[in-house]
Amino acid sequence: METSAYNPTELMICIASRLMEDGTTAFIGTGIPMLAASLAQKMHAPNLIPIFEFGGTGAILERLPLAVGEQRTFNKALAASGICDIVETAQRGFIEYGFLGGAQIDPYGNLNSTVIGDHDHPKVRLPGSGGANDVGSHCWQTIIIMRHDRRRFVPQVDFITTPGYLTGPGAREEAGLAPGTGPYRVVSNLALLGFHEESKRMTLLAVHPGVTVEQVVENTGFELIIPDHMEANEPPTPEELRILREEVDKERLYI
Amino acid sequence: MEVVESGRGELIQPPDIDGFREWNRQNKPKALVNKVMTEQEAIARFVHDGDYIGTELYGTVRCPMSLARELVRQGKKGLRIAGQGVLELDLWLAAGLVKKLDITYIGLEVYGISPSLRRAVESGQVETTVEWSNAAIAWRFKAAAMGVPFIPVRSMLGSDTFNYSAAKVVRCPFTGQKVCLLPALILDVGMIHVHRADIYGNAQIEGISGFAFELSRASKRLIISTEEIIPTEEIRRYPDRTIIPYYLVDAVVEAPFGSHPGEMVYLYERDEELIKEWVEMSKEPETTQEYLDRYVYGVKSHAEYLELIGKERLAHLKDIVARR
Repeated sequence: METSAYNPTELMICIASRLMEDGTTAFIGTGIPMLAASLAQKMHAPNLIPIFEFGGTGAILERLPLAVGEQRTFNKALAASGICDIVETAQRGFIEYGFLGGAQIDPYGNLNSTVIGDHDHPKVRLPGSGGANDVGSHCWQTIIIMRHDRRRFVPQVDFITTPGYLTGPGAREEAGLAPGTGPYRVVSNLALLGFHEESKRMTLLAVHPGVTVEQVVENTGFELIIPDHMEANEPPTPEELRILREEVDKERLYI
Repeated sequence: MEVVESGRGELIQPPDIDGFREWNRQNKPKALVNKVMTEQEAIARFVHDGDYIGTELYGTVRCPMSLARELVRQGKKGLRIAGQGVLELDLWLAAGLVKKLDITYIGLEVYGISPSLRRAVESGQVETTVEWSNAAIAWRFKAAAMGVPFIPVRSMLGSDTFNYSAAKVVRCPFTGQKVCLLPALILDVGMIHVHRADIYGNAQIEGISGFAFELSRASKRLIISTEEIIPTEEIRRYPDRTIIPYYLVDAVVEAPFGSHPGEMVYLYERDEELIKEWVEMSKEPETTQEYLDRYVYGVKSHAEYLELIGKERLAHLKDIVARR
């Protein structure tokens, strides 16, 4: 097979895209999730139903949305409603996957997109929850897409904007969140990670092409669970890269 | 009902639902009266220093940008704001008008975090910042729209978003489960940009409805800006499309390209160049001031703003949509 050069963003998009199943509902946030959903629709999941928080349901992602409320989020869509309807739909258990990013993540998949430093005297004021808390609270399985380094993969996030498994097994349910929900995968530029069934701690599942386990460990600010058997992710195929570059993000806003 | 946990954030606008009922009885005319006025008059009459304000949808999407700019020109101060915002709240923060913030998201979307928000919050210029999720803010409007003091939801549970909010966790009296109670949010002034409205304020929106239904019903004063004013006969022909009935509305302001530089679905595309100009210029205080001087203070009205942007450029934004 031809090996094409690709950048870390393209790799993350392709890996995230492959997690999107045909015929499922996926709550899509701004940025990489939009590119991944568009790529998935053009590759293996023509009937992926993207759901956007301000009302778009089932859009055909021909052109890349620039915002979660703009017209491309309901391009040739099945329905155009509003934010209450969409998040209530998630709250009733209709949405399988939620795709999120963040500035920090901890071993339990808790996410921070609110502040770096103290809330009332922040070092950096970030945008805030937006729909992230809603997505992470209500979708059955949350998939997080983030760059992998020690500033982002931290032992404790400065602020839990969006709940992961909180302090561990049973903590989500104890807080009142719906049983059976929570973080499912983390897609980084180095690896694909999951969460241990019992301890709910982040677990390495597969490294990306050319990446070693040591590199992943070095770039993670907490102890990862490393299984004995390790998968290796397939690199982006020439077809994935072609569609991504020529159709999904022609203007190269992200890639 | 047992209160299990309380967020430590300030309840910036405590709900007074009986007061809201009384207000709606006394101050909202039920007769069909002509409410058309200029943006100068609407902002001057209905927005006061210290008011609690909300806008719908947000910055780059069907947002009342012409009203947002007029509010900056009139320099309304000490505002308390419900914050799901992009360009509109950025302008208010940059102009130093915001004192307290119920925030869910303020940022520049694909272009990243907002330097205006960073400066305003990190410097302490914004005195209070209270956290919510997007749906939480919309549901707070929904509670107000229902005329009840709170609404139970399952967002925010277990998070610092809750801890730094003014929400409460209680045990449900029916099931014993923990639920999050959100206080109703009744706005002093709400602002919404629509595709069309008649002179009385009956308003119709195309595409996604965002949270227009909820915000319009949660506002003591509601200013509508509209791409066009249409005859009431047109409204009566398709009444099912009226998302905001006249009695909710206090002012109808005609504002073609009222969402510019944001988009208006089926009418015009967003003006990417001007959005990028704000992204670049808002990075530093000096250039932020230059932008405000040019696009806000430098014009007297929305009509002058459109002249500054130029007919050709605006026509181009319409053409992109028409050619699709």
